Amino acid sequence: MHGTETDRRVFHVAEGPDHPPGHSTLLGFWIYLMSDSLIFAMLFATFGVLGANYAAGPTPADVFELPLVAVNTAMLLFSSITYGFAILAMQDDDNQRTQKWLMVTAAFGAAFVCIELYEFGSLIAEGAGPQRSAFLSSFFALVGTHGLHVTSGLVWIAVMVVQLRKHGLIEANRRRLLCLSMFWHFLDVVWIGVFTFVYLLGVMR
Amino acid sequence: MDALTHFLFGKLTWSAIPYHEPILVVTFIVVALIGSSVLFAITRYRLWGYLWSEWFTSVDHKKIGIMYMVLGVIMLLRGFADAIMMRLQQAIAFNGSDGYLPSHHYDQIFTAHGVIMIFFVAMPMVTGMMNYIMPLQIGARDVSFPFLNNFSFWMTVSGAVIIMMSLFIGEFAKTGWLAYPPLSGIAYSPDVGVDYYIWGLQIAGIGTLLSGVNLICTIVKMRAPGMTLMRMPIFTWTALCTNILIVAAFPVLTAVLALLMLDRYVGMNFFTNDFGGNSMMYVNLIWIWGHPEVYILILPVFGIFSEVTSTFSGKRLFGYTSMVYATVVITILSYLVWLHHFFTMGSGASVNSFFGITTMVISIPTGAKIFNWLFTMYRGRIRFDLPMMWTVAFMITFVIGGMTGVLLAVPPVDFVLHNSLFLIAHFHNVIIGGVLFGLFAGMNFWFPKAFGFRLDPFWGKISFWFWVGGFYVAFMPLYVLGLMGVTRRLRVFDDPSLQVWFVIAACGAAMIAVGIGAFLMQLFVSIRNREALRDTTGDPWDGRTLEWSTSSPPPAYNFAFTPVVHDLDAWTDMKRHGYVRPEDGFIPIHMPKNTGTGVYLAGLSVALGFAMVWHIWWLAIVAFVGMIGVTIWHTFNYNRDYSIPAGEVSASENERTRLLGAGA
Repeated sequence: MHGTETDRRVFHVAEGPDHPPGHSTLLGFWIYLMSDSLIFAMLFATFGVLGANYAAGPTPADVFELPLVAVNTAMLLFSSITYGFAILAMQDDDNQRTQKWLMVTAAFGAAFVCIELYEFGSLIAEGAGPQRSAFLSSFFALVGTHGLHVTSGLVWIAVMVVQLRKHGLIEANRRRLLCLSMFWHFLDVVWIGVFTFVYLLGVMR
Repeated sequence: MDALTHFLFGKLTWSAIPYHEPILVVTFIVVALIGSSVLFAITRYRLWGYLWSEWFTSVDHKKIGIMYMVLGVIMLLRGFADAIMMRLQQAIAFNGSDGYLPSHHYDQIFTAHGVIMIFFVAMPMVTGMMNYIMPLQIGARDVSFPFLNNFSFWMTVSGAVIIMMSLFIGEFAKTGWLAYPPLSGIAYSPDVGVDYYIWGLQIAGIGTLLSGVNLICTIVKMRAPGMTLMRMPIFTWTALCTNILIVAAFPVLTAVLALLMLDRYVGMNFFTNDFGGNSMMYVNLIWIWGHPEVYILILPVFGIFSEVTSTFSGKRLFGYTSMVYATVVITILSYLVWLHHFFTMGSGASVNSFFGITTMVISIPTGAKIFNWLFTMYRGRIRFDLPMMWTVAFMITFVIGGMTGVLLAVPPVDFVLHNSLFLIAHFHNVIIGGVLFGLFAGMNFWFPKAFGFRLDPFWGKISFWFWVGGFYVAFMPLYVLGLMGVTRRLRVFDDPSLQVWFVIAACGAAMIAVGIGAFLMQLFVSIRNREALRDTTGDPWDGRTLEWSTSSPPPAYNFAFTPVVHDLDAWTDMKRHGYVRPEDGFIPIHMPKNTGTGVYLAGLSVALGFAMVWHIWWLAIVAFVGMIGVTIWHTFNYNRDYSIPAGEVSASENERTRLLGAGA
């Protein structure tokens, strides 16, 4: 009775385990993104609580220029589309085209960062800097954190292009392109929240 | 000239060195003596190369786990030194005496004590345990991201180094361990103490967060074939829940400390008293991290106690499924109770009631766990070795701490006891009686796995009795004092009738000191008598889970062949069904290579933190750019793995066969 049981049970696999390097990278990156979204959640919550504390200073309606923000939003949305084209090119095994679309993405991303810096610059120039009120502190923290993320995305795209040039569309680079893709689209999603919650609802406040 | 000095050194001047404070000078001399003799010994015995290539740059989860434990023990000594200084101060500062600690020093000590004990003792030790044990329990060869693991460890070390620097260069925060504004804002804390606090925790927090991501992926992706979720060892379950808590809580801490930093460095107004700032926002946010944090500490030790109880009772854990669900329920509930840390904020009766009730509800799954352990022991053949002794001490002590916790969960009671020594007694009751006892149980339980010999039971028992006795003598008086209305963090007292209780508490602290000394003695004696305490079987306690199926210490690759799991308590199952260890047919094993990148990044982050604390902007820029550069440079290394040849695997497996044969 006991013996037959033993014969049936196999207690180890003879070949190697099926855990190739990088097999959990995409899951890990998802989890990282969720943790990052919590940082944004805290900044949104802070804006939600402090966003109406103008301290007798400027209000959103006074300082936000919606047309400019609309252009900015368009830049980021376009960059998401072009990143999608980069991934399509990757799936066609076309290294050149992948790099080209990455660079187009970076151009849109850079335009976004520049417009944001221009916006910040003019806010500070007209006396609506981050020190002026809790509303402006939480605005600069939230939008600035998003901008920093986009900036690091730009650095990452630059590194990615060099690595694609050096090693081509190898397995490791494909994985990295997919992680970068998640990161880039994630920033887009966060920006939709910023645009709606901070700018549109802010002006209506 | 002044401009140049200011550019080069920022706010740092000679007056930042506390040579006019005798206590700190003596501390510095002692630390310098110990430090230089350790460095001398390493150099003398030519150990630098060995330490660098075998330990510091290692991506082996077992070595990283051990390094986390070493960090925790070292920081325990610092944190305890702070504790005993406070106990001494409070025991003598009566009848007009000012004690021996000036207020600015005393305030730093209670802040440092809390910060160090939570972030640099409990966290590293809990993470170390999970790092070492969990991959072995699930039959894996390493974690999902071995380099990230090494990097996480070194970031934790960086944070610890920055906190320790504040002892001798400048000063530490005088705000209490959570640095509530507006006290921690620039207006009321213009010195560098809070900056040390912020940068130390931010840098260590990156390590903790990444380690959380890493261990979740490992548990989800790397389990041995056959190990379904409901066949995972209970310690692995608690590790999973803990790491989910880490990933879901630490970003909140990162965000709130970043906002405090912006207030202090840029002059923003999140938590200030004017320009629309709201300091209660900080208190809410930090406790949204802070309450899950206490479950991050306690859940893994619940796992340790479960493993110990089941092993030393010789029985399968009673109510495994309910244990898993209890753990998951605690994980979720831990996010719904944060407001009980400030019932007195004035949120109103309905809000306070909600949080009071959720807090009380947590005691249901926790109580279920206690009963599960008791029923596991019931009719078991209990062996009272050290891990089991710690477990029984935990069950008694933790129940007391849990009951005072439920008491504090009642908002009207909390209005009376808020910020009193009753609260201090309560959380030491659960952290010492829970986390710390659990870590000792775990260390005594798994030490033979990690090093191949047991810990000496004689000194272990001395340590046990002094710790447990010392805990009761030190903290029961604080319950009494708290009920009499004594608040926390006081430096001097007017009412002489209170003194006797503080003297008793100080005696308790002295007993705990003996307990710590005996623990160090236990390590020393065990290393000296390691041949007598040697375990060649790899399974000294008749263990039940996979970590006991391999040799002690396990080889770098953990398992020559990936185990297949058929049942909960996989190793017991294997032993019951006449498992035969394979003795040939070994194949090469794919393993990650060591790398120094983690150490470099951690070194640069210390420089960055230090530069930011002292406003040395050029150094901050250099360090930051350096970190980005090293990171990018690291990503250009695609060649990160190597193979252990089959010959090497079979050599170490044959050695194990020989030892097993000799032992039998």
